[in-house]
Amino acid sequence: MAGHPGSSESLSARAKLAVTAGKAAAAVSRAAGRGSGSVIGGKVALRLDPELLGRLAGHLDVVLVSATNGKTTTTRLIAEALRASGPVVSNALGANMPAGITSALAGGSDAKFGVIEVDEKYLAGVARDVDPKAIALLNLSRDQLDRAAETRMLAEKWREGLAGSKAVIIANADDPLVVWAASSSPNVVWVAAGQAWKDDAWSCPACGGVMQRPGDDWYCGECGFRRPTPSWALSGDHVLDPHGSAWPIHLQLPGRANKANATSSAAVAAVFGVPPQVALERMYQVQAVAGRYDVVQFQGRDLRLLLAKNPAGWLETFSLIDPPPTPVILSVNARGADGTDTSWLWDVDYTRLAGHPIFVLGDRKLDLAVRLEVAGLDFRVCETLDEAAQMAPPGRIETIANYTAFQDLRRRVGN
Amino acid sequence: MSDNSLRLVWVYPDLLSTYGDQGNALVVERRARQRGLQVERYDVRSDQPVPTSGDIYLIGGGEDRPQRLAAERLRRDGGLQRAVGNGAIVFSVCAGYQILGNEFINDLGQREPGLGLLDVVSTRGEGARCVGDVLADIDPQLGLPELTGFENHQGVTHVGPAARPFARVRLGNGNGTGDGTEGAYNGTVFGTYMHGPVLARNPLIADLLLKLALDVNALPPTDDRWYDALRAERVAAAQQPA
Repeated sequence: MAGHPGSSESLSARAKLAVTAGKAAAAVSRAAGRGSGSVIGGKVALRLDPELLGRLAGHLDVVLVSATNGKTTTTRLIAEALRASGPVVSNALGANMPAGITSALAGGSDAKFGVIEVDEKYLAGVARDVDPKAIALLNLSRDQLDRAAETRMLAEKWREGLAGSKAVIIANADDPLVVWAASSSPNVVWVAAGQAWKDDAWSCPACGGVMQRPGDDWYCGECGFRRPTPSWALSGDHVLDPHGSAWPIHLQLPGRANKANATSSAAVAAVFGVPPQVALERMYQVQAVAGRYDVVQFQGRDLRLLLAKNPAGWLETFSLIDPPPTPVILSVNARGADGTDTSWLWDVDYTRLAGHPIFVLGDRKLDLAVRLEVAGLDFRVCETLDEAAQMAPPGRIETIANYTAFQDLRRRVGN
Repeated sequence: MSDNSLRLVWVYPDLLSTYGDQGNALVVERRARQRGLQVERYDVRSDQPVPTSGDIYLIGGGEDRPQRLAAERLRRDGGLQRAVGNGAIVFSVCAGYQILGNEFINDLGQREPGLGLLDVVSTRGEGARCVGDVLADIDPQLGLPELTGFENHQGVTHVGPAARPFARVRLGNGNGTGDGTEGAYNGTVFGTYMHGPVLARNPLIADLLLKLALDVNALPPTDDRWYDALRAERVAAAQQPA
């Protein structure tokens, strides 16, 4: 397959038929107003040729990106970096299960690189199917509690799935669960990308002992499991590479978490021969990712749209918003894609919002109201985004929402 | 209760706080302070001894392996058992509820001894996991309004003669035994499968714990309008056909 980069001529007749049928289904889905069609197209194609994903990836140098948080953004950053070296195909819209990935790859017949975001639960399977050159593992933390996808079990599945993989694993040395998952692989590049959220890794994934976490270090008090020595690191506003050189990070995306994403992306780019200074320069072009971090005009205010789906995500988001008295709008839903259990709101430290005027929206605004009341904060409960925006003075409003609430906001502001 | 300060102990948040369980501690703390009490809160990690002089102990939900580790460490520590012997109030949720009982099934599929502080025995259900909103009527002896919560478990818990069911479900599964019971209590030790967190959805249960700890019959009123609005919404939502 390697002889025909960028051409579907290398695909079997069955695979070509599957790609065509998938594209037709996607077009029908789009015409019917049911979304971008990428998932339905991929499903149809995969049913006709279950090995299609592997075939489509056969002529590509692939990197897989998985994590609880930051995978869509990091996929974008890596894609920008690798474009320095050749055309890229990527599931940039975040359709990150096998059908969506298949659909994205089917659209990229000229590409040299595949930069693929993968849902955490599907990583092991996709890694088996596409034979990636590299896999980036950013973080693992609690998400969608009602799905019973236990965080440590997920790390265990990664570990089993990646054992013996030929891929270079680029893994966050600061997340014990990621380290546990990655350390079954022979070829790991450790990145000190940091992790603010620590409450899913107090128990040693290897032996169950209590983790000791002095400063930025961590180790198990009972077995030998400990933080590996990183070869790449995020240090303030710089990426430190394995040679000890410091490269400045210039991003339009805000926050510490995106600097961490850029650091991991630079380490991935190096695996593909793109040097850090080139990679980091290109990453500056990424402005907003599927609406995230976009600033939109609405009711005479500037709404910055921030997606935060789980406690770790909210923690990182609080660290990047403008200080008081900038108003904050919070919106939370608990539909299927969000997880229907709202208990996680109580893992978020809302006292960090003290001093901000707070406006509360979404299907589960009353859960938020009780949460904020118990945190001793002042807040206003609003029925609509319009009402919340009008109550705030003109200027910047930080607007933080979980998954479907974020989609609702984007629709309302026409983003 | 010593002097004017309530000692609130949150047991093993490193192992058992998967489902926003901190919320139960925050609600008890907040409602105690609103009544003018000082609160000393102790978050006890599983490599630390459980203090025996607490007034109220909270123990939360967790995954299967941490549940076994918590049971092993609590049995070895003995502090919680001594505290109950001293008359402390204990409120437990899900995995914590099973641990307080006589026995449960651990992550290895084996019978694991609990602490024997509540006369219940837990096994693992054969069917689908119980996930969703629950509506139940709390034992009328406790004088509390209906219970609203979110369940997410595969446990089946049988209540023995030395405990009473905490509630009877109208909607949802509760103890998973098919007889409509949910949770258990014996006067000072309480267990439930309800998340939400359950004390945020049912603040009068938090007040009951405070009254038992303070040995009083009534507490000064609080402004509960947001709790009431949330309760009304969740009770209505539980009654919606799925």
